[in-house]
Amino acid sequence: MATTTNTNSVSSGLTAKARTSSVYEWIDQRLGLSDLAAFARKKTVPVHAHSFWYYWGGITLFLFMVQCFTGVLLLVYYRPGAEAYESVRQITFVMHFGWLIRSAHSWSANLMLFTILVHMFSVFFMKAYRKPREFGWLSGMVLLVLAAAFGFSGYLLPMDQLSYFATKVGLAIPAAIPGIGPVVANMLRGGTDVTEFTVQRFFALHVVVLPAIFIPLLAFHIWLVQKHGNAVPPSEEAKPVSERRSMPFFPHFFRKDLAMWLVSLNVLALLASVFPWQLGKQFDALAPAPVGIHPEWYFMSPFEMLKMLGAVLPGEIGEIAGLLLFTLGIVLWILIPFYDSRTENGRRARNAHYFGLLAMFLLLATTAIGYWTVK
Amino acid sequence: MSDTFTSSHIIPVPAEAGEVHTRRGFLVAAGVAGACYAGALAYPIYRYLASPVESALSEAAVTEVTLKDAQKLPPGSVLMFKFGTRPALLIHHVDDRWVSMTAVCTHLGCTVQYEAQADRIHCSCHGGVYNPYTGANVSGPPPKPLTLYKVKVDATGVVVSRA
Repeated sequence: MATTTNTNSVSSGLTAKARTSSVYEWIDQRLGLSDLAAFARKKTVPVHAHSFWYYWGGITLFLFMVQCFTGVLLLVYYRPGAEAYESVRQITFVMHFGWLIRSAHSWSANLMLFTILVHMFSVFFMKAYRKPREFGWLSGMVLLVLAAAFGFSGYLLPMDQLSYFATKVGLAIPAAIPGIGPVVANMLRGGTDVTEFTVQRFFALHVVVLPAIFIPLLAFHIWLVQKHGNAVPPSEEAKPVSERRSMPFFPHFFRKDLAMWLVSLNVLALLASVFPWQLGKQFDALAPAPVGIHPEWYFMSPFEMLKMLGAVLPGEIGEIAGLLLFTLGIVLWILIPFYDSRTENGRRARNAHYFGLLAMFLLLATTAIGYWTVK
Repeated sequence: MSDTFTSSHIIPVPAEAGEVHTRRGFLVAAGVAGACYAGALAYPIYRYLASPVESALSEAAVTEVTLKDAQKLPPGSVLMFKFGTRPALLIHHVDDRWVSMTAVCTHLGCTVQYEAQADRIHCSCHGGVYNPYTGANVSGPPPKPLTLYKVKVDATGVVVSRA
């Protein structure tokens, strides 16, 4: 039992402080909390001109937690299958504040995909994929794909006109894979068309399968950051160690981190309440696609690129060429740590930097053109 | 890296305009802000989760139910219906008396049934027996009688209302 040596102790019996410290010791002897506390005390964050970008992974994490929370709330009333639309209609128009919870979930999904992209590009330009952080980069790419799958599967769940057509069009992409494409698309759809079978399997994916894969991978991704610390950009690495500044994670950076999370919460709350997410008419397989149909912004880029390539190389060739080009681009992006691996900033480092700028430009340009050409 | 976390309460953090913040001050401010945010979030979440409770309560506040065509119920038979949110029964006895009462057993809430041959109301959960004319608890564990409703029979249906 710990003896207390506080000079501030109240004369009658154990102080609250002494009691807490003996409880802490009891737990610590069994779980090793003091090792964690020692690590937390030592943890620092580099301070330099680009430190601002260190927040964006954490903001993404915050938005993911918002998704889990609002998702569970929606799960209380959502019914997959034939009653999907009706259950979302009830959530939106009957349940008190259901509109707000749904709106927060949809907005947070969009914001999360945006912050993932900011996080990914800032990691890229800071060259935080270099040794020993390659696994961080690779796990991050898988997390990106999973997040896109979350977005795609979740989008169908209300089964309104927009969801239905977005899914129909979106599934054309896997269907275009030579050979196995149609089989894959049929398995995803649960048939040859988007029906209530589709919504039920997308629901299973969205609520069980994807979280079961995402969460452990995210834990791995975050653990890697604790293990290796934040990377510093090449300009900072060039400085001698004595000239590099850092701040303790607790409480300095943690405070700022929490403040950024608060800002994100406020932005989300404003967007969700001032621009509430709409619900269209119930899906109708016989109705024609609505004029100006287009995917959500995070899929607009590949959508537009495929369209543009299809205009240049018509037919099957165009589709396959588009897919191949896009896949090649993604593969190169994923493999960048093995191309730009040295710490000296020579030709490869510069090439990687230009590749990043090109990728960013292409994404932004094709997204903008996509919206411009929407009727 | 020097250990800046001593056992004292005062830790200087980067000074802003000459102010010195304390750990306690930060925790109190964070706690208050957190409580405000928690409250602002908890209210809509509570109302959202309680929505069906609110509608069930307003449904249960019903005082009268009209059973269309129930006047055609043959003598010696029973009609089970919902009064508000709870099961109820309407009996047209062989002596032409109409009786209606709640069908929720006063013991542990099972739904009771009218047995025409035995001319009794019986609860299969624990063997409670009620009088089919007065609702009185005749035997078994039920501690209280079944609440009777007022019955008005006319040419188009039967109106059951709270006594």
